[in-house]
Amino acid sequence: MYPENFRYTKEHEWVLAEGDTATVGITDHAQEELGDIVYVDLPKVGSRVEQGKSLGSVESVKAVSDVYSPVSGEVTEANALLADAPEKLNEDPHGAAWLVKIKLSAPEEVQNLMSASEYQTYVGAEK
Amino acid sequence: MITKVRNHLSPNESLLFERSSPGKKAYQLPDLDVPPVDAAEALGAENVRAEIEGFPEVSEVEAIRHFTRLSTWNYAIDYGMYPLGSCTMKYNPRINELVARIEGLAWAHPYQPEALAQGSMEVMARVESALAEITGMDAVTLQPAAGAHGELTGILLVRALLQQRGNPRKKILIPDSAHGTNPATAAIAGYAIENIKSSETGVLDVSALERLVTDDVAALMVTNPNTLGVFEENINRVAEILHAKGAMLYMDGANMNALVGIARPGDFGVDVMHLNLHKTFSTPHGGGGPGAGPVAVKKVLEPFLPAPRLKRSGEKWAYDYDREHSIGRVKAFYGNFGVLVRALAYILAHGGPGLRNATVDAVLNAVYIRKKLEPFFDLPYASPNMHEVVFSDERQAKLGVRTGEIAKRLIDYGFHPYTVSFPLIVHGAMMIEPTETEGKMELDQFIDAMISIAHEVETDPQMVKNAPYGTRTSKVDEVTAARKPILRWKG
Repeated sequence: MYPENFRYTKEHEWVLAEGDTATVGITDHAQEELGDIVYVDLPKVGSRVEQGKSLGSVESVKAVSDVYSPVSGEVTEANALLADAPEKLNEDPHGAAWLVKIKLSAPEEVQNLMSASEYQTYVGAEK
Repeated sequence: MITKVRNHLSPNESLLFERSSPGKKAYQLPDLDVPPVDAAEALGAENVRAEIEGFPEVSEVEAIRHFTRLSTWNYAIDYGMYPLGSCTMKYNPRINELVARIEGLAWAHPYQPEALAQGSMEVMARVESALAEITGMDAVTLQPAAGAHGELTGILLVRALLQQRGNPRKKILIPDSAHGTNPATAAIAGYAIENIKSSETGVLDVSALERLVTDDVAALMVTNPNTLGVFEENINRVAEILHAKGAMLYMDGANMNALVGIARPGDFGVDVMHLNLHKTFSTPHGGGGPGAGPVAVKKVLEPFLPAPRLKRSGEKWAYDYDREHSIGRVKAFYGNFGVLVRALAYILAHGGPGLRNATVDAVLNAVYIRKKLEPFFDLPYASPNMHEVVFSDERQAKLGVRTGEIAKRLIDYGFHPYTVSFPLIVHGAMMIEPTETEGKMELDQFIDAMISIAHEVETDPQMVKNAPYGTRTSKVDEVTAARKPILRWKG
């Protein structure tokens, strides 16, 4: 269910770090809890984000929820797909519906995050 | 199937604009009996308005029918039970309306000189003293225009007092079961918010509170009974912990319908609180107003209350504007006067014993529903409940039916839905508050409807998920509406 090469946050974001860049998204558990997603608000390319601080928001029929950045750095790309097709976030949260790509300023931060099995246990406990 | 209230058949209603046809009108003016004057010449062309294009032109009966039909689309407490938890949708006795229409009160003007407004001022003074007596507090302001406005006023009073003592402090503590307006209030008043998790029995965790109350904490905002309908049994201890550190206890009076005539917040350590007159004291819930959210305080906060204050000056009432420590006005004039009149009518019509009876009946009704529905719905907190009861959809969710869908099905049975998905600490919450208004017959019909839906979920969950069927508009596709909104008429 949860890819082994991702790391996870308690706020249900995932990050895939490759060298000094990272791809960030929200987890399958997050999209399931949110329900049908209708709008995704992402940061501008070039803006700086900080670990644990809001980088944007995801709006579902139920609620608007902040997305907290799992890592610090500079946004190099925001997923254009989500502007026209927010529903992709419900369909493929770990793949095509990634949110942003970030050039890492502190790559070691990834080590603070949960592994796939830790996250699986965490969401199991939260239920 | 049990059906109860059902509107007679009526077609979907077009907009008044779509019924318009040029030249139709609902009035006829008498012939002009003075010489005609050219308005542009008399007033100057720049002061004469051109015709407004596109206004609907309809006859009197068309206008009347249009608005009368629309009015029948509402569900109202005058049709039947309205078990919307946390909202106290009680019946508003007609005597309130009669009193509010007494000429001298209905036509009172806020700029009337004090000498000619003595009756209205007496009404306000009596509302203040009745609310002070009911809450066990020392002074009341009637200015705030709604509950959340009262909250903000109350927290600003706390800030003013702490400021005077030398340090307004930084944080406000709020339990995770709170109404969302509490953290919003604290933030607007310039405080950081710290959440306190509820204990397993659904009340404030006293040991967690002891750890969290530091010299940085300005106040705790607590609703009692809380949003689970559970009385905070340690409230005296909670007040002691706060007071020992110089912090204040704020009570959100949203659930005061469980306490009136039985327990007084002023007696269990509350320093400041607001009341929602539209909940507890049967004033109109309206379409968002006008409302009233009076704030009651202990003596120590009185100097900071919004100016002006009513004061006795010899035989007369007067306004006292000379209030050195006041936080200032929070509302034009003296609050929403018409609402205050209705609340006073309600209080005086009941009297002390009557108000107490209302409270007892409100709690009895909620406990009756709980006992009858407990075998069919999951009850996440087993603590004794007061005026409302919170179930969860856990059993029905296993069959794919969630709280919102059960609520929609309830519409087919002729009831307004209960409160869905609140409080947030209960996953899939179903929050039911019958109020004292309902007799046993109405409660039994509601209970039968809920049990019937529980059976339907087991036999035909898809049918329940597609509800409602008996309404003019079938289930709305909220997702498409949000993703592809149509925001303009004929747009």
